[in-house]
Order: sequence, then C-alpha cells, then structure tokens
Amino acid sequence: MSVYEVFRQERKGVAFEHAGSVVAPDEGFARAYAHEQYGRRGESAALWVVPREAVLEVEDFVDELGRNYHRVDGYSLKAKLAEARGRAGTATASRDR
Amino acid sequence: MNEQQFLEYVQAGGQVEADDWMPEEYRARLIKFIEMHGNSELMGVLPEREWILRAPTLQRKLALTAKVQDEVGHSQLIYRVVEDLGKPRRQCLDDLVSGRSKFHNVFHYPTRTWGDVGVIAWLVDAAAIISQKALLKCSYAPYARIMKKICWEESFHILHGRDVVLTMMNGTDEQRELVQEAVTRWWPPLMQFHGNPIPPDDDPVVRWRIKTQGNEEARQQFLDGYVPQIRELGLAVPDPKLRKRDDGVWEYTEPDWDELRSVVTGHGPRTAERLEFRRVSREETEWVRRVMLAEAA
Repeated sequence: MSVYEVFRQERKGVAFEHAGSVVAPDEGFARAYAHEQYGRRGESAALWVVPREAVLEVEDFVDELGRNYHRVDGYSLKAKLAEARGRAGTATASRDR
Repeated sequence: MNEQQFLEYVQAGGQVEADDWMPEEYRARLIKFIEMHGNSELMGVLPEREWILRAPTLQRKLALTAKVQDEVGHSQLIYRVVEDLGKPRRQCLDDLVSGRSKFHNVFHYPTRTWGDVGVIAWLVDAAAIISQKALLKCSYAPYARIMKKICWEESFHILHGRDVVLTMMNGTDEQRELVQEAVTRWWPPLMQFHGNPIPPDDDPVVRWRIKTQGNEEARQQFLDGYVPQIRELGLAVPDPKLRKRDDGVWEYTEPDWDELRSVVTGHGPRTAERLEFRRVSREETEWVRRVMLAEAA
C-alpha cells in the first residue's frame, strides 16, 4: 500500500491546491479513491494524484541579509511623497483629487 | 523547537504539517480527537441508513443515500489523517467495534420516525457544523484542509434536513406531531452534544489549538442560530428555563452530564446493536477487500 497525495482544481483556470491523500495498492485504486473522495459531488474540475515519494520538498528560505529591496515592504513612500509634494506646492491639490 | 516553543507557536495561530516535529502529547491528543470524529462520521450513518428503505419518496431515498455516502466519505478522509499521525485505519476500526474508542453521543440513540430523520439531518448536522467550522482554524493543517470539504457537504445536509422538516410542517396535523415529538426527543442529546462547559483554558484540546472554540461558546452559537428557526415553525423547545438574556447569553436547564458520560462510554440505548452491526458488516465484506487487494498485488 502506498500514499498518494491529492491536489484538486476547483474550476478550470485556477491553481491546483493540496486537498488530502489516499492510501492505495496501485495507481488504479489511487485514481478511483481520489475520484470518489474528492470529486464525487462535482466539486472539482480536475485532480492530480501523485505518489507521496514523488513530491520533492524545498523549504527553509532564510533571508540572512534582511534584503527588503525586492519586496513591497522595502519601499515606504509616504513621507518622501509628502515632502516632494510640499516642495512642488501640490500638497493641497493632490488631497482634493 | 522544544515543547514550550511549539505550544507558543500553535497558540499564536501557527499550523503544523504531517512531517513536522510535534510533542508526543500533541500527537496523542490529535489522534484521540480526530479518531473520535472519524468514528462519529462512520457510526452517524447508521441512524439514517435504517430509513433509506422507508423514506417516503424516491427523491428522499436518493437524497438520504447520498447523505449516507457523504458521511462515510468523511470518515475515510478523517481516518486517513489519523493514519498519517501513526494509527492505522484497521486499528481504528478494531478499537471502534470493540468499544475501546468513542463516538458522538447523538449516534447512540434510536431513529423512531421519519420526523427523527428530518430533525437529525437539520439540527444534529447544524450542531456538528458549528464544531466543524471552528476546526477550519485547527493547528494541525491536514485536518483543517479536509474540514473545508466536509463543511461544504454538511451545509447542504442541513438544507436537506430543513426541507424534510418544512415539508412535514406544511402537511397534516399528524406529520406536525411527528416533528414535535422528534424535537422533544432530540433536545436533551442536542444540548449535551458540545460537551460540558469546561473553561477553554482548562481544556487541553483548546490549549493545543486543536479546537479553537470552547464547548459553551459552541452551544451558545447553536442556540442563537437555531432556537428562533425552531420556534418560527410553531415548534416548542422542551425547556421551560430556556431564554435569551438581555446581554445575549442563553440560559437553559442544566443538561444531564451523567447521561452524556454514560452514553459515550458505550451505554447508550443503541450502542451495542450498532457496534455489532458495524462488526458483522466488516466481517461480511472482508472477502471483497481480500479479492481486490490480491488483484492489485
């Protein structure tokens, strides 16, 4: 008996999401169990059934240098924008807009 | 990570995957809690199964059959989660039929009339979905994920139950009487369903964030949602002390906690009969599993 992970797609076009797993003696049973347990009521557009050992896991994403220049939280523009508007004399105008 | 750090992690809303490290106590509590849920789904079909052949119309027979199939499906999903935590499904079933593990109180009672079938599907499922929705935030992520699918199916089981009840309430006096009798019979077990009101801080299952809701909170939510729905149909709730205080809290007659304890420890009116049914049907279908597995091997 092997464990198969089941990923389901709720409707065409959206991402597959991990749903759960089934235990089966072979691929045929794995397909049938996944179909019954995760698609019986038409709640899935498609399923991916994958042997657990075929899933390669990558984790531990350590940001040692605290690099925030490639994320939105690295850019706090509020104070700078206020200063720039003050300099340009558009502070009131942009608030009215 | 040590046990204290783990506890702080889950209490802050952190979630755990099957292959993450976890304290032994956490694993043991998860297995016990989730296994009882799986048992309840499996045993929960028996009170309804008895009525498939007696359901009044073809449509009702099909709907009831589908509901039974859904609940068995839930037990399959849930036992799978228990299996990943280290307890094989075969052992769960052994422990269930030999009375070593528990299942929910409401499934130990007889289903006397078609009125009971409607009230079970409506109110028992309503009480259950309140607990299950709170499990969507469970610290054990694989359990929380399957709960999404389970809640989705339970939500139309409630509609099916409500439809059965409404149809009967719009029928004859005799039908209305059947519904009232069923509500009267099921009210005490329904009030016991969410368990005695232990403070959430003293409940280890809440401490580990397996459950995110205290027992009394769940019961209050049930009363708030369903007492008005029962009463608007002209049905009476059999509790003279039941009332909603000005601060929004429901007062009620203290449920019989001794009865709850006795029923869930295997002394309910239908416990022995239903476990025996489960044992026999497991034996009778053993050859199917043998043949199918031999074929696959």
